Amino acid sequence: MFISAKNIFKNYGSTQALSDISFEVNKNELFGFIGPDGAGKTTLFRILTTLLLADKGSATINGWDVVNDFKTIRNNVGYMPGRFSLYQDLSVEENLTFFATIFGTTIEENYDLIRDIYVQIEPFKKRLAGKLSGGMKQKLALSCALIHAPELLVLDEPTTGVDAVSRKEFWEMLRNLRDKGITIIVSTPYMDEASLCDRVALMQNGKIMQIDTPQHIVGEFPRKLYAVRSSNMYSLKDDLLHFPEQHSVHLFGQYLHFTAREREADILGLRHYLEGKNHQNIIIEAIEPGIEDCFIELMTENSASNEN
Amino acid sequence: MKTDEKIITARNLVKKFGHFVANDHLNFDVYRGEVFGFLGANGAGKTTAIRILCGLSEPTSGEIMVAGFDAHTQRDLIKKNIGYMSQKFSLYDDLTVSENIRFYAGIYEISAKEIRSRTDDLLKRLGFEHAKNKLIRDIPLGWKQKLAFSIAIFHRPQIVFLDEPTGGVDPITRRQFWDLIYEAAQGGITVFVTTHYMDEAEYCDRVSIMVEGRIAALDTPDNLKKSFNVANMDEVFRKLARNIE
Repeated sequence: MFISAKNIFKNYGSTQALSDISFEVNKNELFGFIGPDGAGKTTLFRILTTLLLADKGSATINGWDVVNDFKTIRNNVGYMPGRFSLYQDLSVEENLTFFATIFGTTIEENYDLIRDIYVQIEPFKKRLAGKLSGGMKQKLALSCALIHAPELLVLDEPTTGVDAVSRKEFWEMLRNLRDKGITIIVSTPYMDEASLCDRVALMQNGKIMQIDTPQHIVGEFPRKLYAVRSSNMYSLKDDLLHFPEQHSVHLFGQYLHFTAREREADILGLRHYLEGKNHQNIIIEAIEPGIEDCFIELMTENSASNEN
Repeated sequence: MKTDEKIITARNLVKKFGHFVANDHLNFDVYRGEVFGFLGANGAGKTTAIRILCGLSEPTSGEIMVAGFDAHTQRDLIKKNIGYMSQKFSLYDDLTVSENIRFYAGIYEISAKEIRSRTDDLLKRLGFEHAKNKLIRDIPLGWKQKLAFSIAIFHRPQIVFLDEPTGGVDPITRRQFWDLIYEAAQGGITVFVTTHYMDEAEYCDRVSIMVEGRIAALDTPDNLKKSFNVANMDEVFRKLARNIE
């Protein structure tokens, strides 16, 4: 095991940012923390990168303690914060040289590791970092986080605000780095990116709701899921919510995702009910849930148990 | 609800920065009460176009009318007739909920009496009455998002521009936010929205997709899927963005 965190708590004043966080990450794993803003992802990453002290709990990276061995950790971890934090008034090449020098290395020494990423911005190496497009800034930040050949790469929301196509390309870069032997932890608010990780932790309100492989999380979805559609989507949502056997109804693009209280829904009964409400072109099909379905289900369970 | 009345018309909208053409002859109409999705890859020119439509930046050339005003000569009038909300919400953390409302409403020159009665209505509708005197920094993120949207349409603008309004929001709040968008559209407000969530593209009446400074496609989600022969908007987007490579 490469990272081990045990019972971490962190409060900011009266706000609980992290509550009893425990997890392990294996060497050479691409591990994702999936959750919305305010889930505690950044706080957790700052504790792991020795930039912030936890109130309670402990964590080690490759056996190094985040409090006692902070210097060793800093030399062996590459951290890409959520906000672009390179020097805007230095050029691309100057930024990279700066980070290489701080860690006592050179661009040439570790060029192999960054080549695939850096070649895409190398034509602009004389340009000031502040004048780069969003996508190029992201590639430069990743290159700078990698230039000292760290054992662990920590990426805080690297794809936030990035379009769907560029996000895919970025994840391909991460998988290549993982294949080169680097352990990676990455956070994201985009649920669809969970399937690109080896394992994920689903986070909400400072807590980890579930940790597993994306395949297992989806496989453990407690009910059969149905995609439902008709000619009038607006009234369909209302009618489904009033269906007596209803457990959940959520809009997913052009379909509504529906579960019944029983594991399986009485599809025939549902169809008759909707026909009785004058719906036309009704489609009801059983589908495989995605991570977003699981996340919503976990959120609902948690808020229900908090109220009890 | 979508009507036949045009609220935005853009004819040959061009914006250049030096030799760089950020918006290259954009032509489109947006109808009153429509939910209009404005998509595109990073760097495609969306932000530049939105800044022009909001009256913040002057177009290089083209005939552009927004809410009945000229985007070259009547930019201040455009600003008064639109609302705007960005992903980085524009609420002040160290002001209370009601102070934030009063501040924005004051900028739009709404009378004190009117502000009071509309504030009560709004807080009641959102179920936030108990939070009236709470500092923004102390309320949950999902509430902030809903409040920011309500403040953006507090002065009853003809159009509201939403720039990635749901970025980083949890999946339940994200869906509730779209309920607010529909409600506003039903009330006759035109919604002009950008997003990186392709499922949200399905919720728009019509969607335009920008590629390298041009509008590469503009139609209803159903027609776009049909004409590209794909199952969802994610694939439409990927086909368009990949074709340029």
